[in-house]
Amino acid sequence: MWPIIQIETFKIFKRPRTYIAFGAIAALILVIQMGLKIDGESYAAFLMKDINNTLIVDGKVLNGYLICYILLQLLLVHVPLLVALIAADMISGEANLGTLRLLLTTPYSRTQWVLAKFIAASIYTILLLIWLAFLALFLSMWIFGTDDLFLMKSNYVVLIEGQDVFWRYVGAFVFASFSLLTVTALGFLMSSLANNSIGPIVATISAIVFFTILSTLNIPLFSAIKPYLFTTHMNNWKEFFDIKVTDTNEAITGSILNVAKIKNSIIVLVVHIVLFVSASVWIVRKKDILS
Amino acid sequence: MKFKSTIFIGILIGIQFLSNAQTNVLVERVRLKLNTVNDYTAEGIMKTDVSFIKASLGKVKVFYKKPNLIKVKKDGGISLLPKGGVSITMNSLLSTDQYIAFEAGKQVYKGKTLDVIKLVPTDDKLDWVISTLWIDPVEALVYKTFTTTKDNGSFEIAMDYGAYTNYGLPSKIVFGFNTKDYKLPNGITLEFGDEAPISKQKAMKNKKGTIEITYSSYIINKGVSSSLF
Amino acid sequence: MSVIKVHELSKNFGSLHAVNALSFEVQAGEVFGFLGQNGSGKSTTIRMLLSLIYPSSGSIELFDLPLQANRNQIAERVGAIIERPDLYPYLTAKEHLQLFAKLSKQKISKEQIARTLEQVGLSLRSADKVNTFSLGMKQRLGIAIALVHNPDLIILDEPTNGLDPQGIADIRHLIQDLAKQDGKTVLVSSHLLSEIEQVASQILIIHQGKKVAMGPTQTLLDPNKAIIHIVTQHDEQALSILGISKYAQNIMQRKDGIYLSIATNEIPALHQFIVAANIPLMSFELKRSLEDYFLQITSMQ
Repeated sequence: MWPIIQIETFKIFKRPRTYIAFGAIAALILVIQMGLKIDGESYAAFLMKDINNTLIVDGKVLNGYLICYILLQLLLVHVPLLVALIAADMISGEANLGTLRLLLTTPYSRTQWVLAKFIAASIYTILLLIWLAFLALFLSMWIFGTDDLFLMKSNYVVLIEGQDVFWRYVGAFVFASFSLLTVTALGFLMSSLANNSIGPIVATISAIVFFTILSTLNIPLFSAIKPYLFTTHMNNWKEFFDIKVTDTNEAITGSILNVAKIKNSIIVLVVHIVLFVSASVWIVRKKDILS
Repeated sequence: MKFKSTIFIGILIGIQFLSNAQTNVLVERVRLKLNTVNDYTAEGIMKTDVSFIKASLGKVKVFYKKPNLIKVKKDGGISLLPKGGVSITMNSLLSTDQYIAFEAGKQVYKGKTLDVIKLVPTDDKLDWVISTLWIDPVEALVYKTFTTTKDNGSFEIAMDYGAYTNYGLPSKIVFGFNTKDYKLPNGITLEFGDEAPISKQKAMKNKKGTIEITYSSYIINKGVSSSLF
Repeated sequence: MSVIKVHELSKNFGSLHAVNALSFEVQAGEVFGFLGQNGSGKSTTIRMLLSLIYPSSGSIELFDLPLQANRNQIAERVGAIIERPDLYPYLTAKEHLQLFAKLSKQKISKEQIARTLEQVGLSLRSADKVNTFSLGMKQRLGIAIALVHNPDLIILDEPTNGLDPQGIADIRHLIQDLAKQDGKTVLVSSHLLSEIEQVASQILIIHQGKKVAMGPTQTLLDPNKAIIHIVTQHDEQALSILGISKYAQNIMQRKDGIYLSIATNEIPALHQFIVAANIPLMSFELKRSLEDYFLQITSMQ
């Protein structure tokens, strides 16, 4: 199966469309970094308005670690749309182009093709995430330096020591890869249902928007289904940045507040990935290729 | 009648004067002790206990320079200090003599009988309004202060003493202060759909924060650069 | 040895019978012409041969192996172009061949790729992206893809679509060479009899999913052969009588009547037989040849 994975990956990176996502991420990150470099202090002051009533925060709050957190918060919501652009086109795009029938006459089974295509789309997704990590984390670390991570959440503040931050980002990026692979799998499933490019892309994006709204609305009616929606879990990379405290309210360095929540989210996401990909395989195997 | 009244008032003022003179002596003893310190650099461990803050213990360096320059610096990190509270340390409080001291009785605190003395500044420029000191009359050490500031609310500072008693420098200092509500809109933190964390309820009940510094060493009167402040 | 063996093959899309109980065999080394108007079921049949479409019923064997169970093994020995030459616009001609060479599971040398490009006349444009190609060039590249892994069976669905007269001639020569020089089996489909008759040694004509005629090209296009079109008041009665006569093998039933393929000198005898059998005849018309017959079907579109 290795040759067809190679070929699929080769094809993805031969298409100009692929680089739109890389370009978009670079542009967004650089613009935000530039903005924060020039006028970050007033942004930090705005965030710390409440805190400054009581406390003086001394030190480099606006350092690379915080910038990366801000960037991830903003971007990881939108990267799924960029992932959908490629993933939702993997099968339907070729059906639309007419090349799917050429591929399916080669000595590889449809299951192999679907899995190879999914793996290739996953490679794209992971590379996009690595690109994001490189720009959001490493470039920010280089531009803004590193220090403790002073994280202002809605109801409380977490101050994580500088040397306790990097591994959390590694964890967060690994978690984010599960989130984005779920989107890849969803796009892929949509892609297996259609013979044109636009439909599955729009359908994937619509599904993400729809379920995200259900996940974020605090309406009791939806509470029962929320734990099973992948969108509820996609943003739980943030859990890597919450920390346990002792009885005397002393933060425990190296701890994660809710490890179980992270594990549970990963399980839910993996189940979604497996379901979506299995459904895609089933659909493509059953399908008459009429394009 | 008029004469009697004049004598009575005169006696009252006399008593007040005598008593003030005595408290002044105690405060003066404290002041003299503190005045032996021109500057210091201290190392210690800082613990922040504010209901809405999760922070770990951090190594800090505290720099002081007469008359009232003080800076707490975390070792290459971010430190949280009560607003205005740090500058209201004993050294800075008593770095001036622009105040009137009143004796306000005695209180037992941590097994010691302490004199309670209230200070009211006479200089309008000072940013504190009133300060109560709990002073051990034997050692001339301040164990607790409660200061109300013009702009930054009230602070309680409790101190323990160890090796640097001679300089009147504490081995441990606890800043107590009232915290205000902390809340950032979800639209800014992008934390949608999360259930309210436990610490939120805690924050509602407990509106008092403390910052505690336990000193491990002091370097006294070896010079501290002004550029640090 | 038969390379393709199709038995009672049917494909239904809902109520539409795209292919209806089609049976035929293709022998090794022959050029097999698959003729039918657009929408007659040619492409559906070809897609079933390539396992792109699953049959509703019937069986397909390629190289004496049941297709479904041996799909991957069979696919290694088959090269195909299916209808339009759809390719990746962002890849060059050479990249296409390299890609499909890799997919063939065979070791294919650079020289072989270059030779294939030469074979279809694309050597000079091998480094150009396909989005700069004309339809004819894409068609040539499609054929090159079908040939690059040196398959035993080559299935060409409408290979001359979009080609200019020179291109059509080139493809014709290529097909003939593949069969004669390289001993390949070629199944070539078209809606134009003129194209098929020049290259194919066997012809199958289908219409509305059904086989209407099949045989060696020589025989089917024999000037001594005639097609008789008869219209009666009761076609069923006529069919039951003809069905048990010596003309039984020659009957082709269609909506507009009954067709019989017979030798020219048998025409009077057939006429006499119908009259003698009291079949209520309304018309008895001589279609000169297979070509007439095929043209008539085509003109009914």
